[in-house]
Amino acid sequence: MSVTPAVLAAPSRVVATRRYKAARQLARRPAAIAALTVVLGFIVVAVAAPQLAPYDPNAIDYRALRKPPSTAHLLGTDEVGRDVLSRVLWGARASLLAGVIPVTIAVVLSVPLGLLSGVSGGWLDGLIMRINDAMLSIPFLIVAIALAAFLGPGLGNAMIAIGIAALPTFVRLVRGTVLVIKTEEYVEAARALGCSRPRVALRHILPNTLPPLFVQVSITVAAAIIAEASLSFLGLGQQPPAPSWGSMLNAAQRYLSQAPWMALYPGLMIFGIVMALNVLGDGLRDALDPRHQS
Amino acid sequence: MALWLYVARRIAILVPTLFFVSVLIFSLQQLLPGDAAVALAGEENDPAAVAAIRTRYHLDRPVVVQYGLWLGRVLVGDFGESLRSRIPVRELLASKLPVTVELAFCSMLIALSIGIPAGILSATRKGTAVDAVANFFALSGLSVPHFWLGIMLILLFAVRLGWLPASGYVPPWEDLRRNLTTILLPSLVLGTGVAGVIMRHTRSAMLQTLAADYVRTARAKSVPERLVVLKHALRNALIPVITLGAIEFGRLLSGAVLTEQVFAIPGFGKLLVDGVFNRDYAVVQAVVLVSATLYVLLNLGADVLYFLANPRLRDST
Repeated sequence: MSVTPAVLAAPSRVVATRRYKAARQLARRPAAIAALTVVLGFIVVAVAAPQLAPYDPNAIDYRALRKPPSTAHLLGTDEVGRDVLSRVLWGARASLLAGVIPVTIAVVLSVPLGLLSGVSGGWLDGLIMRINDAMLSIPFLIVAIALAAFLGPGLGNAMIAIGIAALPTFVRLVRGTVLVIKTEEYVEAARALGCSRPRVALRHILPNTLPPLFVQVSITVAAAIIAEASLSFLGLGQQPPAPSWGSMLNAAQRYLSQAPWMALYPGLMIFGIVMALNVLGDGLRDALDPRHQS
Repeated sequence: MALWLYVARRIAILVPTLFFVSVLIFSLQQLLPGDAAVALAGEENDPAAVAAIRTRYHLDRPVVVQYGLWLGRVLVGDFGESLRSRIPVRELLASKLPVTVELAFCSMLIALSIGIPAGILSATRKGTAVDAVANFFALSGLSVPHFWLGIMLILLFAVRLGWLPASGYVPPWEDLRRNLTTILLPSLVLGTGVAGVIMRHTRSAMLQTLAADYVRTARAKSVPERLVVLKHALRNALIPVITLGAIEFGRLLSGAVLTEQVFAIPGFGKLLVDGVFNRDYAVVQAVVLVSATLYVLLNLGADVLYFLANPRLRDST
């Protein structure tokens, strides 16, 4: 059976070639490259916040209450004299965590569920999809708010809530992709060669569900960052005095006429990173799926 | 396929979906840390009040029985009463829903009047600077956090220029002019986000129809370009946009939570957030359940519209 290894190796080689092509396609798009640079810059800022921040983000200074931007405080100070720049830089950490952890929760839970649903079919598929449809019919932010409310306020619970809220979109995506891949010739060939169902699912179907998943990850990280900011704005996410862009905006709302800079910069940061992730998502989709050129 | 058969099929899927929605929303109560009766009683530590809640919500019975009794009450419109105000939740919902519907309606109006022309312009001028600018604004509308945009608009139009009120709401039957001034900024905030979605869909649908054979035939027959775009291409391109509009309207009905909070609009979203902070769980459950039901029904409406507007679907067996 000298043919077996060649046939079985085919899907991974196809995936590798496609990945290479996709990376080249992505590199040809200046907007996507700019977006990728912004995202990498955001990660660097979040990781290196302690080194980059000029002040302790929680250091209160009653001699510098609501001071406008100056050389001492480049983005001004807040209602208790804390440096806005330092808080914005440290706030990137909460946003990075909120972008990564909920999406990881959603991916880790959705891939086996979507795979199981798509591969098995029958009543199990029906049950998983009905529960999934029910979750999808409650808007993302409402699920996150309701879950965060019942779980209790805090960044950890907010991230769990956002992860669960993002789950159904991923389950539907993975299942949909599995249903398409299931009918591909190389899957049928693997089955004809006697591969077991788990092997077909894990070795031949799973790697090919990844490209659309990457696009969804990029879009969902953006949505999760906004959701964390929203929950923190409502007081359900990051708890004071720890800095988060959402909770900074909550405080800023009360001093809008006296200290507008308190509201301007955290919002611009959210806008910038979310925009970059959405541009990257668009670029990835175009690079991975030629039928979907925007 | 006949319309009734199509609707019947969709309803057959909808019923189990709504059943699971109710199970999920009921399950939220199980997430409450510790004794649910104590948590539901909120700040009232009075043992008599806790005991009354335990009896009223049958918390001493098995969970399945609790769910059955809860569903039975909900199906006849009894959502319990607000722990904070002691007003029946049904009355609260009835008083807040019209506000949210008005906000959603005004937002949708803004979204359609920006999104559709921008989408047409972008598609007919594909690859030009107009297309790039329209795409940039659409993506910005999708990326901007609405509550921040709301704060920035308040800063500009209320604090700096003093043209519009910063927050609050006046019902239209009390003073229509003031009603419109209070609803304008929040509608603009929500509308620009939806406009981005509608623009992108209109653009891609227009690009598809503009490349279709019948459009090429129309051009070959020397039909003026304006007619080709507006009559031949747009009419077909609008079919998916109509359904998207219905889905987005459903999202607006329940997705205005933060915008309502920023502008102090007493709608569904504010009711939900107030419910969360007052630990008024009956209110939270009711708002989520009604929002989800409305969303599911609007989705059904969108599917029916799509079915009616698309002759190919109607004629297929």
